[in-house]
Amino acid sequence: MALLEVSDLRVSFDTLDGRVDAVNGVSFSVEAGETLGIVGESGSGKSQTVFALMGLLAQNGTASGSIRYDGREILNLPEPEMNRIRAEQIAMIFQDPMTSLNPYLRVSRQLTEVLMHHKGMSQRDALDESIRMLDAVRIPEARNRVHLYPHEFSGGMRQRVMIAMALLCKPRLLIADEPTTALDVTVQAQIMDLLKDLQQEFGTAILLITHDLGVIAGSCRNMLVLYGGRVMEYGATDDLFYRPSHPYTRGLLHAIPRIDHDGAQLATIPGNPPNMLNPPPGCPFEPRCDFATERCRTQAPPLEAMNDGRLRACLRAPEELA
Amino acid sequence: MTRPDPLLSVRNLKVSFDIRRKGSLPWTRPRQLKAVDGVSFDLYPGETLGIVGESGCGKSTLARAVISMIPARGGSAVWLGDTDILQARPEKLRLIRRDVQMIFQDPLASLNPRMTIREIIAEPLITHHPKTPKHQVTERVRQVMDRVGLLPNQINRYPHEFSGGQCQRIGIARALILEPKLIICDEPVSALDVSIQAQVINLLMDLQKEMGLSLIFIAHDLSVVRHISTRIMVLYLGNVCEVSPARELYDRPLHPYTRALIASVPIPDPEKERHKQTELLEGDLPSPMDPPSGCVFRTRCPRAQPLCAEQKPRIGDSLDGHAVACHFPLD
Repeated sequence: MALLEVSDLRVSFDTLDGRVDAVNGVSFSVEAGETLGIVGESGSGKSQTVFALMGLLAQNGTASGSIRYDGREILNLPEPEMNRIRAEQIAMIFQDPMTSLNPYLRVSRQLTEVLMHHKGMSQRDALDESIRMLDAVRIPEARNRVHLYPHEFSGGMRQRVMIAMALLCKPRLLIADEPTTALDVTVQAQIMDLLKDLQQEFGTAILLITHDLGVIAGSCRNMLVLYGGRVMEYGATDDLFYRPSHPYTRGLLHAIPRIDHDGAQLATIPGNPPNMLNPPPGCPFEPRCDFATERCRTQAPPLEAMNDGRLRACLRAPEELA
Repeated sequence: MTRPDPLLSVRNLKVSFDIRRKGSLPWTRPRQLKAVDGVSFDLYPGETLGIVGESGCGKSTLARAVISMIPARGGSAVWLGDTDILQARPEKLRLIRRDVQMIFQDPLASLNPRMTIREIIAEPLITHHPKTPKHQVTERVRQVMDRVGLLPNQINRYPHEFSGGQCQRIGIARALILEPKLIICDEPVSALDVSIQAQVINLLMDLQKEMGLSLIFIAHDLSVVRHISTRIMVLYLGNVCEVSPARELYDRPLHPYTRALIASVPIPDPEKERHKQTELLEGDLPSPMDPPSGCVFRTRCPRAQPLCAEQKPRIGDSLDGHAVACHFPLD
């Protein structure tokens, strides 16, 4: 049984401009100890998917479908029960470590709070455990630095503090929402390396959300491509990179400049991501797709399995996309 | 090989900021943060100079100082072989700035939300050529809008009605309307989605070919810089580590920092990425308030020797245009 099983997740928001369907029937699963990458552009619904998962949707948002964690339904769980699952079972790290840490509180206070609240530890034990965790995320001189304020750390160190905080209760699933986007490449490499080591050490499953296909290539066995709140393609990373079967996946892979060879003109995906207030009626990618037909405009493609086990949502057959 | 005369010739440019310590007495001397510490380069017509480095290495400061948007503490920036921009009188500076335009990172924040697209794009033209008749201004605005791929019916809209990629096109149109010789692009694509990023890069490269523009392209994304640049300059803590033709820099980096920087970029290829040999750089960027003695990179350098702490490496000259500032370069 998979650790996390999301099926037919739908998230919508009531806004002043009308109803916005941000996520439209997304399904995926994460096995214990594995890393699943989620790629998508802004407005693809990747962040709302995990917010629904963590019970962190904004007031005007509603989620339906099913999210099973370890066999148990956790979607729309009452707040007190969700609180136990957050941190103890599923933890999350965010893109910008400065805005996710409380600037008024010392790091020691923010870390020990988690342990005292969830594990009922004494302050002294909690502090010792926090220092051990800061050591584990390779913050030098953790014992002295645990009493500093967040602004006294550099960006990379702050992200390490966030990771330490997320791992304090040894969660079995870590959700990382663009964990390295705000960091320099050299620091990004350090953080990705650290996450891989910690995953080996603690056996944590990771749900990695990013727009950087390089990061996905380096650390995920499986990946999910989202566009306009729908799954476009979902399968093994190698299959999707070397044999993309969806026009959007192909477009993305061709649109990135590569550091390992010179390309001439970059292939582009024309147009802009869809406005989710007024999404295309059929396939969300249809207005930008080179292979779109009349049928694509009216009919949203179902997610279907291919021979190699991956799933794709496209009305055109893979052979037709040459 | 003879080269044309450089468009811009920067020599030993220094920029520093005064930092007052909290609670220090008013008559004490402020400490200095050397943001750019003696940078030299030439920019030739029609070429793209990429500037890369981590945050805080001085790449944006350098670009702004070159056109005197922030005061330099020393050095020179000679425009077209005759005028030093840093010493130019205000009238002369205005003339030069007609030829030098800038594109910024955050496309929406760099457009005034209360102005229409017509007003935003026309502003440089009206500032620099105030006597242009109104219908001509509108005509020019329409021309550049068409050139960057904006629709004519969008001319009276406001910035918030556009997506990030379209806002960046508006920023480019505004930079183009004066037909400049040089455009300084400060992280122009880092806030954009992958599919939009490619559109903007292609647009910039097409415009460059068509109009013979020179570009100074600042970015932290080394893959993007490789794609667009003719030559690349690597900065670290306000110092130049290496300058090289683009391809050469990636195939044969000479500075240990350049190699580490390139190695830390993830490659969108699962096979390659799995078998990549990486030497991660240890630690963080040192504080620019208190840079290391000698070579500024020595605290994180795997090849550092005692000499590196004593003597600052000078950037050498070389025939093929590949120069490095390192006592023990790789090869």
